[in-house]
Parts: sequence; structure tokens; C-alpha cells
Amino acid sequence: MTSPIIRDQAGFVVELEKFSGPLDLLLHLIREDEVDITDLPIAKIADQFLSVINELGLNQAADYLEMAARLLRIKAQMLLPRHLGDDEWEDPRAELVRRLLEYQQIRELVDWLGHAAELRAERYGRGYEAPSADAPPAPLQIDLNDLLAAAERVIALIPEPMLHRVVPRPLDVEGATARIQALLAERDTFGWSDAIGPQATLVDVLSTFIALLELAKRSALTLSQPEPFGPMVIQRATPREAA
Amino acid sequence: MQPLAKLLEAALFAASRPLTLEELASLEPEAGEAAVRAALAALQSAYGDEHGVELVEIAEGWQFLTRREYAETIERAQFALRPRRLSPAALETLAIIAYRQPVGRFEVDEIRGVDSGAVMDKLVERGLIEVVTRGEGLGRPLLYGTTPSFMEILGLKDLEDLPRLEELSVALRRPTPVDEPE
Repeated sequence: MTSPIIRDQAGFVVELEKFSGPLDLLLHLIREDEVDITDLPIAKIADQFLSVINELGLNQAADYLEMAARLLRIKAQMLLPRHLGDDEWEDPRAELVRRLLEYQQIRELVDWLGHAAELRAERYGRGYEAPSADAPPAPLQIDLNDLLAAAERVIALIPEPMLHRVVPRPLDVEGATARIQALLAERDTFGWSDAIGPQATLVDVLSTFIALLELAKRSALTLSQPEPFGPMVIQRATPREAA
Repeated sequence: MQPLAKLLEAALFAASRPLTLEELASLEPEAGEAAVRAALAALQSAYGDEHGVELVEIAEGWQFLTRREYAETIERAQFALRPRRLSPAALETLAIIAYRQPVGRFEVDEIRGVDSGAVMDKLVERGLIEVVTRGEGLGRPLLYGTTPSFMEILGLKDLEDLPRLEELSVALRRPTPVDEPE
């Protein structure tokens, strides 16, 4: 929970401890360069930011990328010509500076809170309970015969090894559509369980679901759920609605 | 020691959490809050420095806590466990919530510049923050605030104990409303 989780090219999850976010990284760069936060040399900072996130492999983390894009946009805005003494001109860095100052303040509070928590942790109250781990399992009371009998029961439950041949089963949306249309011809309304039919397999369920959505899109039927988690009601659309 | 102070001592000893003034006063309804306050003061000075524990004002209540100098020894003997340390991300989130409460997830994300959903869920789980109300905006977002446990783990008397923003070296005014008239 400390820092963003970044995947590198190999899909390896790296937890980055050093910076808690793009603002933290920016503040770090600003401090290192000892530049004035309210008069940011934006071009320089943007370049440094980009090179650091490349180096750290952070260039795939959305939060950092968003900040990189923001910096580049500000850099571009700064390059636009402006007239001297133009009162209308608004410093494109203003919003970023405001956020940086705000974040800097939060970091200072973090130090304060961390210190307070440290001091508090040095004093114990009565009956301090460690954050409850899951209840420990009760000690087993069992003798050898019970254990052997149990082992035999478990072994007896193991079925003969079964080999499955995996065959691709494409979804049968056409079939499901035909089935639903047949149902629609018969009845005004019916339920989800009627639509999937008895002993539906996973493939049937998926096919039916897609077919229902498709038919709903074509206004051949309407889908509704009268109450949360209640059964879905499938209703034939009246011809006028279908038109 | 007065009988009332003794009674409070017993109650505070028995409790494993800070007891508020109201809770303590309810032990002896006739006494009245002023008398309870006086008895607490007497108790606190009785535990001045003659004892290994002291009476501490914390989380809008009172609690007996061990003296700081014994922390290491007690911990080494494993008679008590130090609470888990909070991560920087958790502290950042707590700081924002403590000062901006009631505050929604969106604003926390905005100030931190990173998604804070997971951190906030953890803090809720640890009982340090809770949903206090819903906002007015789109989707009526859940707004969070800090709990008494937050004050407890930081050893704060109350939220006034937090540093004032003006006292920080980076002074920052609250964001000015966009549509402020000229």
C-alpha cells in the first residue's frame, strides 16, 4: 500500500519504495536542484523528470505518465510568445506550483504524524491487543489410529485419474438467439432460467447472455430487474417499441 | 486519596482504552463533572513520577500508559507488542483526511497525485478513518473523517493537538474558490 505498483516489460511487479508519487519525485528533483519552487525552471525539471522515470522504469505507471504529460504541456505553453506587460497572461505553472506547495505541506505533516505515532508507540496501555491475526487453529487432539483412518478415507475419495481432452467450444450465439426468439414467439415474458434452459453449461450461459444483449440492442426484447439481486425479467418488446 | 479518585483509578485500570470524561462521570452520577475533573487531576499528580505508569490525556479521554523509558525492555521481553508502523502513503492519506475532513476519495487522490483507494480501504479496516457523510456532488461521494483510534495511535488529546497549518514552514492558504469576484 505504500507506493505505486509498477510492471516492467517482463510483467514483473516492482514495488517502488523511494517515491510515494509523481509529486514526491518532483519535490525531490526541486530540492536537489535547489531551485525556487514558485519560479520553476520548467523545461529543466520536465527533462529531469522524464529521464528519472525512464531510469526507474516508472514510465509505465499511469500517475507518473500523467505528470510527465502535464509537465510537457506546461513547457510548451511557456514557449508561446507573450507581450510584455500583458495582464491577461496567466502563468501556466501556477496550478502545478499550488499543488506542489500543498503536497510539500502534506509531507511536512507526514513527518509530524510519523513522529507522534513513534512516541505514542513507546507507551503501552493496559491489555493492548495486537491487531488480530486470524484466530489460531485449535490444537489437534488425535491419535495414530484416527489419523490412519482419516488418511484412508481421503485416499478412498480420490477418483481414478481422468484425462480430459480440451476442445475449443466456440460460443453458440446463433443457437441461443434462435432459442430465445422461439421463446419470445411463445410468451410475452420469461425469466433468465427459462432462457438458459435446463442443465446449462458455462458456454450456454455465456452464449445466452450475449444473445440477450444483442436482441435487447436490436429492441426485440427488454431486460429488467425489478429488485436488486432479483431474477432478471425478459420481456418481448411491443411492435411499436421495436419500430 | 479520595474515594472518587480511587474509583476512577480502578475504572481506568480495568479499561483497555481511553475513557472519556462523560464515561468516568457516569460511574458516580452524583459527583458531577467538576469533581471528576478534580479527582483526575489528583490522580494524575499521584502518578506523577513515583510510578511506572502515568495517567495520560489521550483521544478525548484518559488512560493509564506505561512510561516511555520502559518501552524497549517491555518490548524485548515480548510482554506487549508495538503497533505496526504506518507507511508513508498511509500517513499522507491520514494527514489529508485529518485536515480536510469530511473529504472524499477524489480530493485525496488529487492532492497526493496518486490513486489512494487501496490505502483508504486499509485505513478504514484499521479503524483510523470512517465514512462520516456523503457529499453533495455527482454520485453523492462518500466523505471520510478520522476516528478516535486515529487520535489514540498518535497520542493526541484531541484534533486541536495537530499542528496548525500556519505553524508549518510551508505556509499555504486554502485553495481559493475559482469564481471569486474581482
